[in-house]
Amino acid sequence: MIEHAQLSKSATGIDGLDAITEGGLPTGRPTLLCGAAGCGKTLFGVTFLVQGAVRFKQPGVLMTFEERPDDISANVESLGYDLPGLIASKSLAIDQVRIERGESEESGDYDLEGLFVRLGHAIDSIGAKRVVLDTIENLFGGLSDATVLRSELRRLFAWLKEKGVTAIITGERGEGQLTRHGLEEYVSDCVVLLDNRVQNQITTRLLRVVKYRGSTHGTNEYPFLIDHQGISVLPITSAGLRHQTSNEPVPTGVQGLDDMLGAGGYYKGSSVLISGTSGSGKTIFGSHFADATCSRGERCLYFAFEESPGQIVRNVLSVGLDLQKHLDSGLLRFEAARPTLYGFEMHLARMNRDLDEFKPATTVIDPISAFRGPESEVHSVLLRMVDILKTKGITAVMTQLTSEHERMASGDQGIPSLIDTWVALGALEAGGERNRGVYVLKSRGMGHSNQVREYQITNKGIRLLDVYRSVDGVLVGSARRQAQALQQKKSRGKTNGKTALKPASKERRGLRSQGKSR
Amino acid sequence: MTDKTGSESPANPDIEIPSAAAADAEYVLRLYVSGQTPRSVLAIENMRRICAEHISERYTLEIIDIYLHPEACQKEQIIAVPTLLKVLPHPLRRIIGDLSNTEKVLIGLNLAPRPGATRPASG
Repeated sequence: MIEHAQLSKSATGIDGLDAITEGGLPTGRPTLLCGAAGCGKTLFGVTFLVQGAVRFKQPGVLMTFEERPDDISANVESLGYDLPGLIASKSLAIDQVRIERGESEESGDYDLEGLFVRLGHAIDSIGAKRVVLDTIENLFGGLSDATVLRSELRRLFAWLKEKGVTAIITGERGEGQLTRHGLEEYVSDCVVLLDNRVQNQITTRLLRVVKYRGSTHGTNEYPFLIDHQGISVLPITSAGLRHQTSNEPVPTGVQGLDDMLGAGGYYKGSSVLISGTSGSGKTIFGSHFADATCSRGERCLYFAFEESPGQIVRNVLSVGLDLQKHLDSGLLRFEAARPTLYGFEMHLARMNRDLDEFKPATTVIDPISAFRGPESEVHSVLLRMVDILKTKGITAVMTQLTSEHERMASGDQGIPSLIDTWVALGALEAGGERNRGVYVLKSRGMGHSNQVREYQITNKGIRLLDVYRSVDGVLVGSARRQAQALQQKKSRGKTNGKTALKPASKERRGLRSQGKSR
Repeated sequence: MTDKTGSESPANPDIEIPSAAAADAEYVLRLYVSGQTPRSVLAIENMRRICAEHISERYTLEIIDIYLHPEACQKEQIIAVPTLLKVLPHPLRRIIGDLSNTEKVLIGLNLAPRPGATRPASG
């Protein structure tokens, strides 16, 4: 096969979209951008021009048929786009086309040469390489002769191609076709569709490249975000199983827990699940991990889905964990949002972006059980979340709430198979007491203790206690204290005698050596 | 450069229109055309004829070639060509097309009643 020159592409500067289109929009050709009202068409167009002007030194022309230039400037100002500044530096030209039907009368034939001249003048005056027409279909509302309009639009798009400008033409979504007036008939090199989908009262913005002549492209629907940072498209479905593996241990931050894991901590880049009933201290385990990361001078990103950052900081301070100092030093960052605020895709998309931006070594997701919905959907999101984290090599601790009645180890959402290390927390009920127990349910690629260890939440954080076993199993709570006292007494009495009860701490790393724990 | 033709006076609102009837309003019109295309030529011819027949001696007609004055398109919101702009008397009206439908032009210039309107033509 002869290698053909790749189609020349113009980067939009919108992260993600350039990845999906493998480089951007076709250079020197018009692209149709369609979507219903409120999909972000204008913002896409403006971003394309601003990024073009600022990052690629390509001046651009915005011809708006809808919004006033002042309104557009004001709308994008919060994104840091200085349209008046760009206009002053001749990197941008805005021309508003006002069409007021009531003001005009039609008498005889006409063409749209005025539009061509205007656009041509704007392009030539700043040497524009990019053009956005937003939304040219509004002409249909102002001029009655649709036949003339259609032939003129066809001529316009051909003319734009001849001019060699990379153009975005926006169009309102129509019934049964991509645009209300069938613009897709004329602009057929590249078609991008935006959508706003509401499901369970949650809106997800989606983007799809419907067609791209002469180029391959991602064909899925990709979620995209519009927020204070502008637009980001998140090609997260492309995550695969290509991540690097590491043998390097990452400390868990909990004294004693490291020793339960054969590697002396979690593997770097692995995904860890800490499941437990409410009040078992999942957030504290997570905070320990975050604290340990930051204390090593690495960054940690903490996704809080149930508590506000302030609340977490205050609560874990009561157990002796000072997260505030890490926040102050900038090593720790919280991203808090109610799970119901966005759709799953959007959450994933945001997390992906936040991770890319902050580049943390570790992350805490507290809790993943906050994601409720159809099991298959949740599973798919979590699967991709784990994939993303692994691809980026981020060690992740996710917490999961299990209900009181469920067995300590039982999990839902099909996550067990995704998880490398699973630490289960639960209540040990014995002798009329409830005590807290922790054990490692699984840990891929390393030996681990099979013991249930009692732990306490003290004012110095979580403390794992030595194991005392009896013929009845592990002793916890007052039974353990009793055994402890007894043992101390005995050891004071006779120095080297055999004891019925002995601390099993020396054996805690013993892999398969110990008897069944309860 | 503006191309002023016919019996029109220079496009200056202060200019005295010769023999303008006191009661009749003076017309300031601008016709935007695209070079010498047949449609533009036709529009100019039609306009001159209509002016001569209906508002003779009390009009100023300015003919503007958008190729020579592209910036005027943006300023005056010209999209379709030809476009006739009635600057005076108020209100501003625009008539697009080659002006071959005289009746429509007269309506636009307020020289003929709008279909369905009871008000007689003024001017």
